[in-house]
Amino acid sequence: MIEIRSVRKTFGPLEVLKGISLDVNKGELLCLIGASGSGKSTLLQCINGLEPIQGGEIIVDGVSVHDPKTNINTLRRKLGIVFQQYNAFPHLTALENVALAPRVVAKRSRSDARALAQKHLDHVGLGAKAGSLPSKLSGGQQQRLAIARALAMEPTYMLFDEVTSALDPELVGEVLETMRLLKAEGMTMVVVTHDISFARESADRVAFLHQGEVCEIGTAAEVIDRPQQPQTQKFLRRERQASLDMLERTVA
Amino acid sequence: MNGYHFYWSTVWQSFPLMLAGAWVTIQITFLAFIIGTVIAMPMAVARQKGEGWAYRVSTSWVELARNTPAVFQLFVFYFGLGAFHINIPSYAAVLISVSFNNAGYMTEIFRGGLSAIPRQQMSAARSLGMTSPQSFMHVIFPQMFKVIFLAYITQGIWGMLNSSLGMLVGLQDLTGATQYAQSVSFRTFEFFIVAAGMYYLIAKGLQFSALIAFRLMYRS
Ligand SMILES: Nc1ncnc2c1ncn2[C@@H]1O[C@H](COP(=O)(O)OP(=O)(O)OP(=O)(O)O)[C@@H](O)[C@H]1O
Ligand SMILES: [Mg+2]
Repeated sequence: MIEIRSVRKTFGPLEVLKGISLDVNKGELLCLIGASGSGKSTLLQCINGLEPIQGGEIIVDGVSVHDPKTNINTLRRKLGIVFQQYNAFPHLTALENVALAPRVVAKRSRSDARALAQKHLDHVGLGAKAGSLPSKLSGGQQQRLAIARALAMEPTYMLFDEVTSALDPELVGEVLETMRLLKAEGMTMVVVTHDISFARESADRVAFLHQGEVCEIGTAAEVIDRPQQPQTQKFLRRERQASLDMLERTVA
Repeated sequence: MNGYHFYWSTVWQSFPLMLAGAWVTIQITFLAFIIGTVIAMPMAVARQKGEGWAYRVSTSWVELARNTPAVFQLFVFYFGLGAFHINIPSYAAVLISVSFNNAGYMTEIFRGGLSAIPRQQMSAARSLGMTSPQSFMHVIFPQMFKVIFLAYITQGIWGMLNSSLGMLVGLQDLTGATQYAQSVSFRTFEFFIVAAGMYYLIAKGLQFSALIAFRLMYRS
């Protein structure tokens, strides 16, 4: 379980997270939605300790992430993260991308790591691309590669930060498909997304972030179909309009 | 032509001496290249950071190495230390001063390369549980070397040319050996033409082997 307790995060004078409290339960898919700049990415980066926090606490399976006594590198093995900009390692083949961390972090033998990497590439449907450099892969394939790379550390939790936002529309489906597969397998996931229909159909719970605070949280049906807060209602109206515009542009 | 006759036979008599000198040159070039690289990698990271004591140390190093004559750097290590009764052999003095110079230039070359690598590569590596040194080792440096490769090898060759200053402190490197041989025979031209040719060949050999290493590393 991930327990987020009154977390405050500032960048200089700018307070980005203003006391966020939130639990992520084992096996659930929690979607984080909210306007640009509301602090969604920052929150994910705080959860796996990529960003320090200025107040509060984040506890993952009983271990405090920002406690100086915590071995953050050990803790990060539990927390896979996938970014909007796939961030594949461009000098390594797909297989080597996935095998690197198992080898140098989990200290597996080279052949073990490669076998494990192949297994995870197969899992996300990239088995045939093992020998390709990332530059030879499409955006959707690179994003699935990033997912496989995170999965190879056999994490308990997966954090996704707008993983489909940089993709061409026709490549979004394959990545969402992979995420649905993970959910079906029982992975605990925190998904930052602008894709309201994905949140509606896949999320167990949805949290709406507004200016660094959790404005509204509940089941997908509660938050998306019957939002109580005026900020949530306004945000959802805008998002629907935006995706309609997008659809029109695609059709036109 | 006003009557200079080339006598090559004297050169061939001294050729073994020059080869021995060339071997010293190759050793110093190679060692100073490695030492410079090993020092420059953490210094480049420190420079990139832009603050802290490591930043100040490496910035001073870079400033000194790049803004003072190489011959002055050599003299500091040879005669300068001698003034404090620390006497080191000319071989060590040349090795240290060329390494010092290499490290200064390489730091700036590496720093340029580092700034070409997106910050997210580091986040991605760290997020997989790699430590900071592991991330540099396996993710950042391999990409950086690809970007800066030519400038980096050129600095290695520049280091070799700098090592010829060793003659001034009595080092029997290629230049030192050539200087000695021509001073007993007075066939200055011939000797220095041959020595220049040997420097050229060593430089090309270095470039060529570096290129092979590059091809092997990056499969390109
Ligand atoms: N490294 C940083 N330094 C300074 N300010 C930052 C930094 N990272 C983020 N911010 C600021 O923090 C705020 C929250 O950013 P964050 O990226 O978390 O928003 P977000 O909800 O993910 O937005 P988006 O939907 O655009 O991705 C923004 O105002 C942003 O400018
Ligand atoms: Mg974001």
